[in-house]
Parts: sequence; structure tokens; C-alpha cells
Amino acid sequence: MIYNKRENRPTRAGFGEGLLEAGLQNHHVFAIGADITASVGVDRFAQAFPDRFVSLGIAEQNCAGVAAGMALMDKTPVFTTYAVFSAIRATDQIRISICYNNLHVLIGGAHAGISVGPDGATHQALEDIAVMRCLPNMTVLSPCDATQASILTRMAILEEKGPVYLRFGREAVADFTPPELETRIGKAQLLQPGNHLTLIATGHMVWEALKAAEMLSLKGINARVINMHTIKPIDTDAILKAAKETRLIISIEEHQVSGGLGSAIAEVLVENCPVRMERIGIPDCFGESGKPEELLDKYGLTAEKIARKAESIYRTTQISS
Amino acid sequence: MIKISDPRKLLNISYQTRALIVKMLSAAGSGHTGASLGLADIFTCLYFNELNHNPENPVWPDRDRVILSIGHVAPVFYATLAQAGYFEKSELFTLRKFGSRLQGHPGLDSRLPGIETSSGSLGQGLSIATGMAIVAKKSSSDIRVFSIHGDGELQEGQIWEAAMAAAHYNLDNITAIVDLNGVQIDGPTREVMHLEPLAAKWQAFGWNVIGCDGHNISGILNAFRQARANSGKPSVILARTIMGKGIKTIENDHHWHGRAPSPAEAIEFLCQIEEIFRDELAKI
Ligand SMILES: [Mg+2]
Repeated sequence: MIYNKRENRPTRAGFGEGLLEAGLQNHHVFAIGADITASVGVDRFAQAFPDRFVSLGIAEQNCAGVAAGMALMDKTPVFTTYAVFSAIRATDQIRISICYNNLHVLIGGAHAGISVGPDGATHQALEDIAVMRCLPNMTVLSPCDATQASILTRMAILEEKGPVYLRFGREAVADFTPPELETRIGKAQLLQPGNHLTLIATGHMVWEALKAAEMLSLKGINARVINMHTIKPIDTDAILKAAKETRLIISIEEHQVSGGLGSAIAEVLVENCPVRMERIGIPDCFGESGKPEELLDKYGLTAEKIARKAESIYRTTQISS
Repeated sequence: MIKISDPRKLLNISYQTRALIVKMLSAAGSGHTGASLGLADIFTCLYFNELNHNPENPVWPDRDRVILSIGHVAPVFYATLAQAGYFEKSELFTLRKFGSRLQGHPGLDSRLPGIETSSGSLGQGLSIATGMAIVAKKSSSDIRVFSIHGDGELQEGQIWEAAMAAAHYNLDNITAIVDLNGVQIDGPTREVMHLEPLAAKWQAFGWNVIGCDGHNISGILNAFRQARANSGKPSVILARTIMGKGIKTIENDHHWHGRAPSPAEAIEFLCQIEEIFRDELAKI
């Protein structure tokens, strides 16, 4: 493994850091609170800039609309709550008040994915990427660790235009992206070269994919690992290069296999370079309560399960060719 | 823009606007006639007397903001903007046509001068107004924000989320105007989903409630004056109106909510508008 885990940190902490830094650099940045401010990482901004923090209570539809009104007055609002509430409950407000108006608003989707754990199905956002990525004007980001969450949050606020959706998780996960790794919105990161197959992962699954690649290498399989931190606009070049050079693509995400990263990749492949593809994710069902590791294991989202599946598909393709 | 205070002049403008609404809807072949006609007097008083705005510089930063929450009354909105000089009246007849800046429901991306936001999905405007008013307060700007709502629209829960927030932040720079015509697509609001006691609801949410006859020019101007004088709370003007006002044969008929007049009906409607204008003028 060429990457070192510095520590375990939740991506929500990275989001909070990035938001705080953006607030320091630009005094037009506002944050909106929807009651779970500390839980989603907005508390540090709220304490540092009380004049630019607006508490609106448990009213997500209103939060999205107020954000639109602030953006129409040339401010840069950040509206963050659990992804099931920001991306899903307030979808129509995001569609009309924010996206149709093409306003620069950052929508934070906290507690994304199955790894939310014990809270169960209602709080596990597994459809947010699908819903957000089909909205015109929207950019969709999904950082792989806390360091990247901080970088992408800052970039989304200070450098982007138009609406941006950024999803992040609850649990402390490996913080590993090296400081010298260049992060650019819309540009996938080739974390590990390989020519037998390609693992394209997003969010927490990137670290699992790297570990899976290490396991595969012990079996003589060289897996390429790509971090797709930007799901829209998707990096078509990186996908097609991987397809041409490895002929087998496996997508890995804490999201429904329909509509998310896997679908976005499949759309690119089927129109340009159809190759064997497998989508690893949630198979069209709701989650449940449990420890994050139990749930990840159930849905095949651990390094071991990813490696096993990848090996089996790879061997089958070798026999059939 | 120079403010007009003479009620007779304002009434004249509002009946010209009604005639434009009938003509543009007839040319479009579809659209919302009833509530557009019912709001003509309020839009006239707002744009020709109350607002601080400059049609020659629609993006003047210190302008008052108008958030049309009920996008379906686009005809009265567009006709008023054209009358105020935001664009040529001839463009009104492109309403709802392919390539037009006058979208069926207002779209900010059309870049039509005078539009502050897209709207059409009901219930969203008061939240946008609240976001604008919060920013205005925080930047010590004395601009005011007006939002325009239907009574049926008040059935949307988001309206009450925003009502709570605007009162919580003492946004006395907001004036919400409710078109209280008592009807919606399925029929009378009291049958579809009862709204009363409406004034008590807004009061309970912490708002300054002002009632007025939405077709009495002096009454409308007076309601705006009361809202302007109020401080510490957001204001709501509950304006009692008649859907289809100005055309006797369609007044209060909810079937005219989402219908446009045929060319033959339009000719007849224009005659009625002329007649009723003379009657109303005689009352002033
Ligand atoms: Mg009505």
C-alpha cells in the first residue's frame, strides 16, 4: 500500500474545517443551521461567525429557499443537514429556487451512506447522488476522506459557480490523501496504477478499494484504483482510459446501485466503450440498524468482499476470453 | 421611478393592464386568466406607487425586491412590468411561445428585466423573501422585500415554515401580499381546504396583519402605508379580491383559473373591461 493512514477522522470534520476556512477568507459566506449544527460540522463556523450563521430550525424546505434568497443578494450560503433531509426532503426547493435560478449555494449532505449505522434506514442517505446529479446546473461532490472533504468544501464555496451538492459521512474513517495530491473538481484521481481491472470508488469506499487492490496484488491481479470525488461532471476521460486499458470496471459506492456512481460510469461506458462492468452498492433496498462494519459487510462494501468479488469476475472474464 | 398617487390615474393603468392580460392570453392560447385579472389593481399600486425601483436599471442594487411566489399569475406580472417600462409592450404577445423571454411561469434564466426569481412550484417565495430580508438587515440596507401569494398557496407547509422564520428574525422589511380570492382550481378554498381564521393564523405566527379591499385603490395604498409604518414584525396584507375582476361574466368562476379566452371571447371581454372601468372611475 502506497498510502498511509494518518489517523481516523470523520469526513464531516473535514467539511466543518473547510467551511470555517472559506468563512475566514470570504466574509460573504453564510451558513444555515437546521438544528443539527454540531452533528454536521457547522458549529465551528457558527461560533466563529455568529453574524453569518442563521438558525432556521427543523424546516429544510425553508432552509433551501432562504439560501436561494441569500444567494440572490450576492451572498454564498451553505445549507447543511443530514443528506436525507437536504438532498431528499428539500428536492423541489433545490430544483426550482436554487438550480433553475442557477444560484451559487453549497448544499451539504451529512451522514450519507449505509455507514451511518444504528440510526437505521430513515437516516441512511442512499439515493441522494441519484437525485442531485440529474438536476441541471448542479455539481455533485463526494470526498474520500476528511482532508479531501476540507479541500473540496473550500473549493466549492470559494471557486465554483452555481449550485453544488457535497455529501459526506458520519463515521471516523482513514484520513490518507497526501497533501501533495492535486484535487480538482471534475478531475478523477488515479490513486493506484494497474492494468487487469479498475476499481472506481467514491467517498469512504475509496480506502476500501485501495485495501482491496492490495489484497488482489497478492493474487497476481493488478487493480487500478480511481477516486471519483466528483460525480458530476463525471471525468469521462479517466473512465474511458481505464476501460480501454483494463477492460473491466467495478464501481463501489455507499449508495443505491441505480442512479449513483455506478450508473454515471455505465452511461459513459455504454455510449463510448462498452466493457464488462460490475456495480457494487446497495441493491435497490432500504438499510437497517447495525454497526457500520456489519452493514458494510452485508452489502459487500468491505475491502475483503470487494477483493473477492473482483477476483471472481476477473477470473471469469479470463476464462471466457 | 416617479410615483403616481392619483387613484384615477392608477385605476386607468390597472384597467389598461387588464386589457393587456386578455390580449396576451388570447394570443398565447393558454394561461391563467382569473387571478391575473384579480391582481391588476394591487400590482398597479405596488409598481406605480409603493416600490422603489428603476425600470431603466433593473439590477440597481438598492431596489426593493418583488418575489412573485405564484408564478402562474405571470400575465399580470409581465403586463405590469411592460407598463412600467421594463420592456416593450409588444413583447407581451410572445407569452408562452417558443423562444420567448415570457415563460409560462417566470424563469430567471430568461433574463427578462424585472424578474427576481423563477417561480411556479407553489409555496417557495416567502422563503426566498426571508433570505433576502435577512441579508438586507445584516447589511443595514433599507431595501424592502414584497412577496405575492395566492390563498390556495397558503395550504403549502413551506409558507408557514417561512412565516415562523420571518417573525423569529423580526423581518419588518418583508411585506407579504395574499390574493384572497377564495377560490382555487378545484373550487372554493373553504371546500378544498379551509384556511380560516386566516388573520388569526398570521397573528399567531407573529405577523402584523393588514386587511384591504384589493380593488379599492385608496384602500390598497393605505394598506401599503400601514405596512411601511410598521416596525418589529413582518407584515402581511390580506387583500380581498375577485377572481376575474373587470369581466362580469367570469368573476368568481374558478373554471377561469387556468383558462385563456378565445379570440371571440377576448373581444367581448375587452368591451366589458371598458365598461367596468367607466363604472369604477365614477366611484372615485
Ligand atoms: Mg385563490
